[in-house]
Amino acid sequence: MSPATQAVLHFLQTWWVELVSGVVIVAVVPLIAGYVVLVERKLMADMQARLGPMRVGPHGLLQPIADAVKLLIKEDIVPQDADSFIFWFAPVISMVAALTSMGALYFGPDFRVAQDINIGILFVIGVSSLGFLGIILGGWASNSHYSIIGAIRSTAQLVSYETAGGLAIICALLLSGTLRIHAIVDAQSDHHVWFIFLAPVAFFTYLVASIAETNRAPFDLPEAESELVAGYMTEYSGFRWALYFLGEYANMIVVASVATTLFLGGWLRPFPNVHWLNWLDLLPALFIALVGIYCIYRAGKQPVKIQVWFMWAVAFACFAVALIFLVPWIFASLKFAILGLNGAFWFLLKVSAYIYVFMWLRFTLPRYRFDQLMHLGWYILIPLAIVNVFSVGVALLLEAEFGWNRWLALIVTTAFTLAIALFLVRSHDKRVAAASSASAATSDSYAG
Amino acid sequence: MADTVDQDATHSNDTLLGADELILNMGPQHPSTHGVLRVKLKLDGERVRGAECVIGYLHRGVEKIAENRTYQQFAPYVDRMDYVAAISNGLGYCEAVEKLLNVEAPIRAKVIRTILTELQRIASHLVWLGTHALDIGALTPLFYCFREREEILKIFEKYCGARLTTHAFRIGGLQYEAYDDFEKDVERFCKDFERRIQEYVDLLTGNSIWIGRTRNVGVLNAADCIALGATGPILRAAGVKWDLRKAQPYAAYDRYQFEIPTGTNGDTYDRYMVRMEEMRQSRLICLQAIENIPEGPIFGKVGKVIKPAPGEIYHSIEAPKGILGYYVVSDGTVQPYRVRIRPPSFINLQALDKMIRGHLVADVVAVIGTLDIVLGEVDR
Repeated sequence: MSPATQAVLHFLQTWWVELVSGVVIVAVVPLIAGYVVLVERKLMADMQARLGPMRVGPHGLLQPIADAVKLLIKEDIVPQDADSFIFWFAPVISMVAALTSMGALYFGPDFRVAQDINIGILFVIGVSSLGFLGIILGGWASNSHYSIIGAIRSTAQLVSYETAGGLAIICALLLSGTLRIHAIVDAQSDHHVWFIFLAPVAFFTYLVASIAETNRAPFDLPEAESELVAGYMTEYSGFRWALYFLGEYANMIVVASVATTLFLGGWLRPFPNVHWLNWLDLLPALFIALVGIYCIYRAGKQPVKIQVWFMWAVAFACFAVALIFLVPWIFASLKFAILGLNGAFWFLLKVSAYIYVFMWLRFTLPRYRFDQLMHLGWYILIPLAIVNVFSVGVALLLEAEFGWNRWLALIVTTAFTLAIALFLVRSHDKRVAAASSASAATSDSYAG
Repeated sequence: MADTVDQDATHSNDTLLGADELILNMGPQHPSTHGVLRVKLKLDGERVRGAECVIGYLHRGVEKIAENRTYQQFAPYVDRMDYVAAISNGLGYCEAVEKLLNVEAPIRAKVIRTILTELQRIASHLVWLGTHALDIGALTPLFYCFREREEILKIFEKYCGARLTTHAFRIGGLQYEAYDDFEKDVERFCKDFERRIQEYVDLLTGNSIWIGRTRNVGVLNAADCIALGATGPILRAAGVKWDLRKAQPYAAYDRYQFEIPTGTNGDTYDRYMVRMEEMRQSRLICLQAIENIPEGPIFGKVGKVIKPAPGEIYHSIEAPKGILGYYVVSDGTVQPYRVRIRPPSFINLQALDKMIRGHLVADVVAVIGTLDIVLGEVDR
């Protein structure tokens, strides 16, 4: 064997897990993102008294694939005055950042995506933030007014909300005392409680900040459809556009996973340490089986034969998965797998719930205006996040140094934080009222 | 206003970076210019320093067409001006020609006209509400609004076979008798609509983002409204209680009790509240009207050939978007010598520059939405 071949083999031997998981991420995440889009469209349709995609496949289930094919075969347009290299490169940055940050995530106790990094959370946050570079560059390279305004908005939004989001994450890190993702979830298991209950204000701050970071409504100003056409994506079409889109949805999955890991107990089931609730471990199998039964119930109501078959197929798939979940219960030697399988189930359930909240807000709320967004970020969210970090720190000190009960300490400090929040909101309202009365006095309203 | 201009000038000179103004071309193909309106925005960052409307992309020469058609032939054309409130257009034109002929439609025709026109007002306001909310970023009200509008369009369809450009009325009265279940359909819609309107209120009225986006945005006070000729909900939101249905009753409006809602600040939120209340009032008018539709003929004493005596007439009605006026000149032939139309959208659109100066880009779409323009009517 030549040295070169040996080197390659050695490389493969050392890194094969990472390489395989990289390939899996690149292959699977677009599909997942496509189906997240479909779920979003279906949910939106449900809330808006209509049906949503129904044509491609049963209940539109093949719609993401049709969309992907359509985007791939579309003409690839680069505007004449665009900076063509940056124009080409920007969406790639966006998507690569989103996909790379997934590498450090854990979806279950024994189910890491690629690599257990000792600064896991920092890596995820840092790399996913790089995605904004793609947005800014894309907006700049398009050489279009709408794009550049979208990119500028996006920059300002990143600076404002990443700060608040980061401060919210610090609260959870204070409680867990580590940056390693697995250890954070273990800490929640040791504390016998999810961190959302210990630091509710931090969770709320992170929720708001993560919506803003992923450019979702009501903070979707960089791509505000009704104002900026499509913001930084205005000049993009076809596959490049799809890359941005993919990056956005992958990012959504990332922030939801981070929130789940930090605040919602990761892969822990509800009440992880209460032994008389151990029957909850059967819930995943039961839940999936129920979905299967519902499919059979709906099968009778399908108008077309192929849809009936499809429903039966889905039902049997559900039963098969439920059976897999049940197997470790039947064979004692496989008992160790329960935690892993159920962990993945709970994790995905929590991530889905978090994304559902995103979607729900999007369909319900109007969009903030740019100055309102900045005010919310700088006058309310960031001060609140700073105060909250301080409060959590004080609570931990009270517990460690003065022997207070942890719950008492946290309730007292959270009450303090909420009082500050109330004060911030009040003073903000006053400022807005003052600004608007000033605008009524002069004809140049909203001056300054 | 001179004050503002001076401030602007000093502002741009004092900027250390010497940033130029950005000219942003909005439209004619833009998701929220409500058709083919083109607005040239002068921006300082995101702040609007001036706006210039470019119109005419949908010009069809409706007024000129009138001179080459008989009076009856021209009636369907007016439906194509404000195509989301075609029935109101038709009512104005038919009444103008009736006034020129010095005939009056029978009372039964008038009452049915009133019901249909009020339903059309609700439908027009629903389109406004849905698109306005969509512009401000609320996706869902649009579909709720169109769901209710669909019910109204179904009533139109049952009545005259057309849904959008209905040509429902004829000069002298009605061509079609109300269909058998007309009252029932209208009543069912009105009964249901009270609950529906509460859904929009729940989604928007108390929503702090909505209030933040609409309060003190696009303020147009009463004096400015009158100076610019703005009418309809825009004028009423500024606190002027001027509604032609009360001031110069036409059709059968003098038979019914209703309120004229007014606002105080003349901002986008007030206009929203005024239009919402107008929908409720229209609903009440419909309910009153269907209680007792008088029996009798539906067509007045108008011949097959309409040949008014030489003369001229101006007749205006309160269309959903404002005062819609028809100035018809007859030279004694079967064709009008001149038809001049006062379209509310066109005249309200003049206020755009005044309303958005100093606001942000995002407010431009809010203000265009709150003006409730239809480009078919602006350009004619």
